[in-house]
Amino acid sequence: MDLQIFALLAQDGITNGAVYALLALALVLVFAVTRVIWVPSGEFLAYGTLTLAGLQLGKASGIAGMLAVMAVVAALMEVAKAIRQRETRHLARSLAWWAGAPLAIAGTLHLVAPMQPPFVVQILLTLTAVTALGPLFYRIAYQPIAEASVLVLLIVSVALHFALLGLGLWFFGAEGSRTPPFTSASYEWGGIRVSGQSLLVVATSLALIVALALFFNRTLYGRALRATAVNRVGARLAGISPTFAGTLTFTLGALVCAFCGVLIGPITTVYYDSGFLVSLKGFVAAIIGGLASYPIAAAGALLVGLLEAFSSYWASAFKEVIVFTLIIPVLLWRSLTTHHHEDEE
Amino acid sequence: MFQRKLVTALAAVLSIAFAGASQADITVGVTLSATGPAASLGIPERNTFELLPTTIAGEKVNWIVLDDASDTTKAVQNAKKLIGENRVDVLVGSTTTPNSLAMIDAAVEGETPMISMAASARIVDPANAKTRWIFKTPQSDALMADAIAISMKANGVQTMGYIGFADAYGDGWLAEIKRSAQVTGIKVVAEEKYNRNDSSVTGQVLKLVAAKPDAILIGAAGTPGATPQKELVARGYKGKVYQTHGVANPDFLRVVGADGNGTLLPAGPMLVYEQLPDSNPIKKVAAEYITAYEKKFGARTTFGGHAYDTYLLLRGAIPEALKVAKPGTKEFRVALRDALEKANVVATHGVFVMTPHDHNGLDNRARVMVRIDNGKWIIAK
Repeated sequence: MDLQIFALLAQDGITNGAVYALLALALVLVFAVTRVIWVPSGEFLAYGTLTLAGLQLGKASGIAGMLAVMAVVAALMEVAKAIRQRETRHLARSLAWWAGAPLAIAGTLHLVAPMQPPFVVQILLTLTAVTALGPLFYRIAYQPIAEASVLVLLIVSVALHFALLGLGLWFFGAEGSRTPPFTSASYEWGGIRVSGQSLLVVATSLALIVALALFFNRTLYGRALRATAVNRVGARLAGISPTFAGTLTFTLGALVCAFCGVLIGPITTVYYDSGFLVSLKGFVAAIIGGLASYPIAAAGALLVGLLEAFSSYWASAFKEVIVFTLIIPVLLWRSLTTHHHEDEE
Repeated sequence: MFQRKLVTALAAVLSIAFAGASQADITVGVTLSATGPAASLGIPERNTFELLPTTIAGEKVNWIVLDDASDTTKAVQNAKKLIGENRVDVLVGSTTTPNSLAMIDAAVEGETPMISMAASARIVDPANAKTRWIFKTPQSDALMADAIAISMKANGVQTMGYIGFADAYGDGWLAEIKRSAQVTGIKVVAEEKYNRNDSSVTGQVLKLVAAKPDAILIGAAGTPGATPQKELVARGYKGKVYQTHGVANPDFLRVVGADGNGTLLPAGPMLVYEQLPDSNPIKKVAAEYITAYEKKFGARTTFGGHAYDTYLLLRGAIPEALKVAKPGTKEFRVALRDALEKANVVATHGVFVMTPHDHNGLDNRARVMVRIDNGKWIIAK
């Protein structure tokens, strides 16, 4: 192995690691605030890429239809809740929020997609549409059982994963898609070629991580989420609505996953079922961080990415084996070093 | 409300599934992989079964099409259900080699002939008491691998590299191409594996390129075949790139784009039927099928052709079997098996000449070398 190959592999590993890091952050965030192990995060990523690829061809019917159907379901649930609680004062506002906003997004997609808008607009539309799915899923699937045990929430996540997988096959077809590269530039430093695309992925991931850090440390909403993550009951006593925290968390989580989807679209072919494996690697990284620590999870993601790149060079047949075997020593180490306490059940 | 809808939907599905054999109709039970990893192969197959006529030789034919989700266990369940509950006269399926291999026992136990739509020669070879009942329509990997080796030799290739799926498809191709390469005197200097869903194949491709082979074969099916190809182009690989017939669908062309130019692959003649000489009998059959398919479902894939070929085989064999016995009886199934074994049928992928020792029956007429040229399949000279 010469320096050139080493540099290329490292570049590949860091690029993938940056995407895994974002996914790991989303997983840690969602778990910390809502205790949901967010298995379908990968599907959100795949939906991101495939929606963008669909927009390239002037099609957005699948995702727009899905938004519309979910908006109607969420609205019905709001109405049912209002009737049950005999509390109709806020109904108009919640209907505007749960049905109006997603329907507006779906309508925009439906109208704008055939016009083949510029690439930047397509990306914005994709991010908006996939992000809107996050809170809708929370409202429909998780909010009614928000107090259930981690296991029940996990089972719901698995069910959603399969539902989204099937819908993905239906919307986007069995074959994969790629999106055009953001940039075809490449730079050379001391004989080592670095593609602009990789730099862009890493830079965007870093920017998003910094933005999230600022959000959690500097803004009221971010602090509210952190408070909920630290102590759910305490946060509630302090006036932070757990429903609101959950909705906001899923919005952020979906945004991060959609972003990942847009980032990896030009690097690799994405299929309707690609997301699971990517999110599983993000999950390995999140486990390294104990589903709690953001910086360790990000470092873990980098480790997973590099390990994957180098093992695909030396032993391509065993690549996944090597990456997923990593979780065993990590779990062992974590269970030996942390004091485990049951905080529920 | 949702539950009621679910129950209605379930009832509808079951009623289709159980609408099986009213006596004396011919019942064909199909299981294919319309969902799961092999969906890109299974969906055009399912579409093709929707096109098929409901009578053969004046008898009504019931096509019962089930989805096995690319899952081996489900394929066996489907096969048992079709044989046990629907009393099918012939079993068709499944899409993939592992599923088809697993279904063999069910077919033999039920004394029902089975026509597989999967490629591996192991499904029908060697001829024995079990494979007596089993037939298959797609070209064997060996036939296609030989075509690749011959083409490589003609292009002056002395060393080759291989990158393929880390599954039955990729391993099967690796074994076949090693055999063909040895026969033609080409050295295999690098072997790499990757997964359909890998987000990057940089490592494998770097290693391949470092071995400096004259040509590289990519053993993959569908759009995943584009991933190593694009990476090879990005790494500046200048040798010839070969693909297998697994990528012969329009989505592969869409994803690989300009990076696919010059790629060679063996394929069934239906893929390029317009370019065949009029003297070739396959041209007319392929034209009939593809015109009907493209009118309803869009661009052709060779996988749909394998499904249509099972129909052509049955259309040839059923009149013979009807002379012997009534559908729905064991005698009819035996007669159908005997008739299939004597089949001599011009189909979309070639000419089937079945014998007791060859339950595939395809020969050199079932392959053409095709070059990708600006998003089109062109017969390579």
